Amino acid sequence: METDRPKDRPWVMRTYSGHSTAQASNDLYRLNLSKGQTGLSVAFDLPTQTGYDSDHALARGEVGKVGVPICHIGDMATLFADIPLDQMNTSMTINGTAAWLLALYIAAAERQGVEPQALQGTTQNDIVKEYLSRGTYIFPPEPSLRLTSDVITYTVKNVPKWNPVNVCSYHLQEAGATPVQEVAYALCTAIAVLDTVRASERLDAAEFTAAVGRISFFVNSGVRFIEEVCKLRAFGQLWDELTCERYGVENPKLRRFRYGVQVNSLGLTEAQPENNIPRIVLEALGVTLSKDARCRAMQLPAWNEALGLPRPWDQQWSLRIQQILAFETDLLEYGDIFEGSTVVEGKTSAIKNAAWAEVERVMDMGGVISALGYIKEQLVASHTERVRDITAGDHTIVGVNKFTETAESPLYSGDSSAILKVDEAAERDQVARLQAFRATRNQAEVEAALSGLRAAVLNGENIMPASIRCALASVTTGEWTQTLRDIFGEFRAPTGIGGAAAARTVDGETAQELEELRARVRKSAATLGRPLKVLIGKPGLDGHSNGAEQIAVWCRDAGMEVVYEGIRLSPEQIVTSVRDEGVHLVGLSILSGSHLRLVPEVLTGLRAEGLSDVPVVVGGIIPEDDAEDLRQAGVARVYTPKDFEMLRILSDMVEVAEASA
Amino acid sequence: MTQLPHSTVDALVNFNRQAIARALNLLEDRRPNRQAQALTLLDTLSTLPASAHVVGLTGPPGVGKSSLISRLIEPQVQDGRRVAIIAVDPSSKVSGGALLGDRGRMQLPNQVYARSYAARDRLGGLSREAFSAVFLLRHCCDVILVETVGVGQSETDIATLADTTVLVVQPFSGDLLQFIKAGVMEIPDILAVNKSDNQELAQKALADTQAALSLARRPAPPESAAWDSPVLAVSATTHLNIGTLSQALSAHWQHLQTTASLERKRAAQHLEWGIGEIVHEVGQRGLAALGGVEGVRAAWNQQPAHWSVVRKLSVLLEDVQYRPSS
Repeated sequence: METDRPKDRPWVMRTYSGHSTAQASNDLYRLNLSKGQTGLSVAFDLPTQTGYDSDHALARGEVGKVGVPICHIGDMATLFADIPLDQMNTSMTINGTAAWLLALYIAAAERQGVEPQALQGTTQNDIVKEYLSRGTYIFPPEPSLRLTSDVITYTVKNVPKWNPVNVCSYHLQEAGATPVQEVAYALCTAIAVLDTVRASERLDAAEFTAAVGRISFFVNSGVRFIEEVCKLRAFGQLWDELTCERYGVENPKLRRFRYGVQVNSLGLTEAQPENNIPRIVLEALGVTLSKDARCRAMQLPAWNEALGLPRPWDQQWSLRIQQILAFETDLLEYGDIFEGSTVVEGKTSAIKNAAWAEVERVMDMGGVISALGYIKEQLVASHTERVRDITAGDHTIVGVNKFTETAESPLYSGDSSAILKVDEAAERDQVARLQAFRATRNQAEVEAALSGLRAAVLNGENIMPASIRCALASVTTGEWTQTLRDIFGEFRAPTGIGGAAAARTVDGETAQELEELRARVRKSAATLGRPLKVLIGKPGLDGHSNGAEQIAVWCRDAGMEVVYEGIRLSPEQIVTSVRDEGVHLVGLSILSGSHLRLVPEVLTGLRAEGLSDVPVVVGGIIPEDDAEDLRQAGVARVYTPKDFEMLRILSDMVEVAEASA
Repeated sequence: MTQLPHSTVDALVNFNRQAIARALNLLEDRRPNRQAQALTLLDTLSTLPASAHVVGLTGPPGVGKSSLISRLIEPQVQDGRRVAIIAVDPSSKVSGGALLGDRGRMQLPNQVYARSYAARDRLGGLSREAFSAVFLLRHCCDVILVETVGVGQSETDIATLADTTVLVVQPFSGDLLQFIKAGVMEIPDILAVNKSDNQELAQKALADTQAALSLARRPAPPESAAWDSPVLAVSATTHLNIGTLSQALSAHWQHLQTTASLERKRAAQHLEWGIGEIVHEVGQRGLAALGGVEGVRAAWNQQPAHWSVVRKLSVLLEDVQYRPSS
């Protein structure tokens, strides 16, 4: 083993961030860069991700919450003010509107005097995992894949250092995927994307090979870090074989599995949140230990992410973890330390074989788009199993279901002081600036750019040149997206909850508890006059549906009749459903931080329909101060990540429903 | 029986959706005092016109019934017609619970009333509550679309509830066509081959389906002879032939009215509903005590014609409770 070899170059260090306004986010980015961060990772707010301007009715309460609002080239220019884009590596978590945000980025660079050829970075641009897990899709699969393909064919020719697609297995793991499922379904997505590019016939053979080489991945890393090492080795080997065999790429450099990583958020706990720091360190090891399968870029969550939005200091702590790993330890001084390990090789090939079998199964179903319903059901089923194991204590989580005794934490006293609160004035400020921006535009230029966009879409031309013209003509995010909505229509993804059964394999104490709960639900029918019927609703633009899906599945398995309509409902739609369906209880799930806006709107709507006697419970990442406000407003119960015992939540819901009968 | 406020009935026949929802909650409620109120409500309504066209859509899971319903209601709502939707999903045999997900698969305009039911302990694709819900809604709106999941024989169940039955299949639904050919399954009033996005595929599927229908053994009661069940290639995605399907629905509704089949059909449905209620209340033994299905039918037909369904039913139920089970 050589120790005098040159040290490897560290990965790009980022923090997923952005909030409130472009100005506030620019301040944060420059602060982070001054602390030694080497790239940027832009979090956009939900209206931007789903293609609405900040003053759209659906954007109410969501502006600047989970990321930065970007409505036009002015916002984009502000976001990167004093950050030279020819020297920056920028990753943008943007999917449904990826083509548009890239167009804005290219236009903003042009205004800085930077040529597209000089731009480096990544657009996430993976619509399949949006359908399966993350929920910020807009259009149906076919036009969505066309947009993805347009971005790829455009960047290969014009922005050659850009990663046009970051195929995500990250969100599959967050949705419950096992390592095998994570690898398999991400590869299926990459196949769908590259097959679409090839079928578009826009690239010659050399350009297509270059496009394959630009495909990158965005993966997740959990606390079972040895398995993660093996997963990533398997991933790399499969990608190498796939690109060689299916796409005929001869140059091994272009077949290399390039990936960025955000380590696991699913496993971070609200209880004893300081324990998340060792978890994050171990998860970071999973993607750095093996030189042959090391990440190209890394972003780490903050220790208090399960409590709310992290503060700059919390993000700094996570950046320091990366820096200690890269610059203090000897991690980067060795070749691959697992070379020749039969244990690692055995595990790697087991994952590889099982993943490839699953890829073939999906391909037999006609590919990832035809198999969306199947895959979603598999993910919900895996996640259900995980929740069941935690509930049954088969899956140990320190501080949550074991070793729960704790001294008082000096870092966190249970109130909202340890998180960042987005200033409610930020939304008003953003809306006012947007309206002022619109008033100063040359309307004729805007119209001309939009009709050029329409023509490009209808004629099957690449969408990028027309989109860049729109960006330069001051078209807004809402206008660009609406033009496409009018042509492509909108899509609703499968919910996947039909195929999962929480109770199928519970045993022991949990089975006993579940039986008791079922008896209790059956008995409630006597008090209620008919079987207990509940509605699980996801108001707002937030697409993180795991929690809502799990509650729906478990309620069904406890014997309740469950109305579940999927994501992105307006408070009005929820109120209509509550009225029409005659439910006994409403459960709302909100993870975007806009609970203080959306929940009261539902409560007001219910009162207006004479339904104030229907109790409402709320689940989500809700700080205690906010929970108290919600209870004051009339919410019967608030459940947070602290309430991990599913059966206890359900039993509590029955009690609430009975009390209101 | 308890007195019913006029305002409730007025609100119902005027398609007040708050009132409809409350009335449907009441119909489901098994507490004795609520049952009495429910019967009064149904009895009062039976004297009023029941003018809604009840369309039943059935077919195997995944053929796109919900999307098809979304397409069918668009023009109805635009024409200012009052539309109600009833969707029935299966209940789990183990837990008794159910996932009611059809709402999420439909694009529902705000003017529509939609309610989901769990099939609960009823076999076949229907729910017991769906019968009384449809009975009530017939007085409240212009068209009712009922969606049920059916596999094989249970598709026929919907005919005991709907004026017009539409069987939705997708290209190459071999099994269903076998059922029709073998005469296991009744011929639907309209057969829609959904997902006919691809012309070639659609043509082939149409030919298959028509061939199956022509081979099917028709029971051919005289009055239905005049209706020739159309087979339509449709697509909820590309909107192919949605207009033609709507026209076929109107044509069948017209046909039922001009041939007086509607009255006969609904009388038979009421009897079916009555038998279902009797079995639910007193079980198969009770039904046997009444002389089985035949006995109930005879007793039903002997009751004065102007009696409401509810009255007929309550008399029969009272009757059975005083008979010793044999």
